[in-house]
Amino acid sequence: MTCSEFTEFLDAFVDGDLSPAEAAEFERHLEACKHCVAYLDTYRKAMAAGKKVFDDPCDDVPPDVPEDLVQAILASRKR
Amino acid sequence: MQDAFLSAFKALPSFEGGCCLGTWLYRIATNAALMKLRSKKRRKECCIDDLLPRFSEDGHYLEPPAPWDDRADVAAERNETRAFVRNAIDQLPDLYRTVLLLRDIAGMKTEEVAETLGCTPNAVKIRLHRAHQALRTLLDARFRERTT
Repeated sequence: MTCSEFTEFLDAFVDGDLSPAEAAEFERHLEACKHCVAYLDTYRKAMAAGKKVFDDPCDDVPPDVPEDLVQAILASRKR
Repeated sequence: MQDAFLSAFKALPSFEGGCCLGTWLYRIATNAALMKLRSKKRRKECCIDDLLPRFSEDGHYLEPPAPWDDRADVAAERNETRAFVRNAIDQLPDLYRTVLLLRDIAGMKTEEVAETLGCTPNAVKIRLHRAHQALRTLLDARFRERTT
């Protein structure tokens, strides 16, 4: 397996969608390639950072959202 | 959001029950959002090919990836970093950013995103993977710097 092939199917590896044989081949590549170890780690951190920046309920609401709509959403979440 | 609700209200007679109402509303909202973005034309959008890793003919990285700070995801909790990450997501081409927002942020399933965007589940998976790769590239300089 090359680094190019590793990155091409990385999402399936991260999601656990590979067969046991394919996953084992990925693991063998990781044991021998520090660049792909770094790529996998940074890929996961980028995914996590992307999700994290939208999960704060205290974030400011964009200024063009009407106040009555915000209140309606907040009221529906309390139910 | 208002535009999306207005579009949904106007299109309500066309809802035939072929998909669930939630998916249908997402499709309306997504289209309204994309139209609004196109009309603004002020967003700096990157080319996806420039944000994907590049390789030599024998499959090795042309620019070997470097590790990030272990606290990179914790840093995303800081306001300054959150703004940077959001700006990075905003630079993704529409096709990829929409999939990332619907899948990762809105929490929709791959099949729901495919139905919403009118494409195959496999296309959604490919776009999401490229969106993650592109986001990684856009964040790389900032988080890599923290290791030095």
